[in-house]
Amino acid sequence: MTTPFLDARAQYVLRLADNALVLAQRLCAWIGHAPVMEEDVALANVSLDLLGQARLWLAYAGELEGAGRDEDALAYHRDVREFRNVLLVERPNGDFAATTVRGYLYDLWAHFALSELARSKDDRIAGIAQKALKENAYHLRRSEDWLVRLGDGTQESRERTQRAVNDLWRYTGELFLGDDVDALMQSRGIGFSPEALLDPWLERVRESFSTATLEVPADAWMQRGGKQGVHTEALGYVLAEMQVLPRAMPEATW
Amino acid sequence: MYTQMSDGIDGNPNAADEREGAFNARLDRAVKIESPDWMPEAYRKTLLRQISQHAHSEIVGMLPEGNWITRAPSLQRKAILLAKVQDEAGHGLYLYSAAETLGTPRDEMVAALHSGKAKYSSIFNYPTLAWADVGAIGWLVDGAAIINQIPITRCSYGPYARAMVRICKEESFHQRQGFDIMWTLAHGTPEQHAMAQDALDRWWWPAVMMFGPPDSESVHNEQSLRWKIKLFTNDELRQKFVDQVVPQSERLGLKIPDPDLRWNEATQHYEIGQVDWDEFYRVIRGDGPCNRERLQARIDAWDEGTWVRDAAAEYARKHAARSVA
Repeated sequence: MTTPFLDARAQYVLRLADNALVLAQRLCAWIGHAPVMEEDVALANVSLDLLGQARLWLAYAGELEGAGRDEDALAYHRDVREFRNVLLVERPNGDFAATTVRGYLYDLWAHFALSELARSKDDRIAGIAQKALKENAYHLRRSEDWLVRLGDGTQESRERTQRAVNDLWRYTGELFLGDDVDALMQSRGIGFSPEALLDPWLERVRESFSTATLEVPADAWMQRGGKQGVHTEALGYVLAEMQVLPRAMPEATW
Repeated sequence: MYTQMSDGIDGNPNAADEREGAFNARLDRAVKIESPDWMPEAYRKTLLRQISQHAHSEIVGMLPEGNWITRAPSLQRKAILLAKVQDEAGHGLYLYSAAETLGTPRDEMVAALHSGKAKYSSIFNYPTLAWADVGAIGWLVDGAAIINQIPITRCSYGPYARAMVRICKEESFHQRQGFDIMWTLAHGTPEQHAMAQDALDRWWWPAVMMFGPPDSESVHNEQSLRWKIKLFTNDELRQKFVDQVVPQSERLGLKIPDPDLRWNEATQHYEIGQVDWDEFYRVIRGDGPCNRERLQARIDAWDEGTWVRDAAAEYARKHAARSVA
């Protein structure tokens, strides 16, 4: 295996790691403030699962990189431009509708992405994906369930949910936009084609939205850049909060 | 996490009542009282207050530690803290269910919390200013909670006793994670050690106060003891806590902030200095550092969640109607 290939694979795994990590970080801010106590438990559950996935991906990314960085070095000592998550997951929690819609759009993509990765020729990736897929089944069931209840609930809940959909839709295009890293991973049987996930994803979105009496937004410009480290302004604050202690006391262990 | 031992008993039990005689006989035989059983109204009210206070404490108690989940300094610490705070939400739900067996719905208990009528443990009215506070809470506050709660697993009311069995198991894990944080900090850099000492300095006395006022001032101890809602007095429990924690602080290499603390060879117990009970009553009355913030955070969560709960109820109503039609 050539070094560029290793680099690409490390990058590829790091993207998966950062998606899970940043969304876990977003969700854990809800704990203690959810609309019903059962949701404090549920949001903590999803956040914990994603955090667990992030740790597995990060550990592997660190090994592939071969520079001696462990999960914490990667989580706490990289800046915004080095993060590789898609823009969708770093968007603010907003109200419960925004969190729900963001979760649903991601969970559904993750369902298709992890299903592909579970068959990866890289055993380590396949193993992590198979574990994550089980957790994702619950996440998706829950977020789809809420999407339908909020969409087909009261007038207020529908308005809030539709607004969240309209705000977040422009961050979904990036999920299905491949680059050189994706192409290389796909050609080696390690990764999948992001473009190929779009149709099944969209089909299911149309079904869920229809049940939820929500409208799928018209085609428009899709924001991009997260996978290459060009983020929205929101991520800087997420990282500033998450990384504050290890940055303030770099010599300490915790 | 913990409930302050409930003080205050409503009404006056009528010992002459025949049913009450049977009730007392069951208490004497250590047969659990269950939800459908007859019980004196004052027993029901006292229990309801204690269990709901305990549930409120779990829910409000999520806030001070939740304050550090987003800033936990390693991913493992973050996962552990997240799981711990999630446990607290679970304890709250569990305890509200136990309280509901006494005939009061959860929403009513929550409304009493939000109106300020119901209390929660005063310890959560102190701020978490540093990461070490998360360690101190686990070590001291959960440590105190376990001492308070283990006897409750043997209390006379079945649903409360059973709920407490599971809760105590989880609290024991919480206490150990807190001690582990303190241990790591106390043996870390000088800066980390200082952070741990500062947390102990701020949390020690509030933790000592968690057992409630001294027996000499706790006029309702006796009735709760007779009803087997309470099995030890406030001072007895406090003593257990001090005897447990002082040697632990020595192992950590941290100093308990009490110049009068000493070992009494004759009694084989530690003796502590004067507790500032004025502070205790001041915080209970609402003038602790975070009383307003804590309650407001819960009220905000409820108010901002109204449209979500309404949506779920409306969805259920529509679909129930459709399935009938």
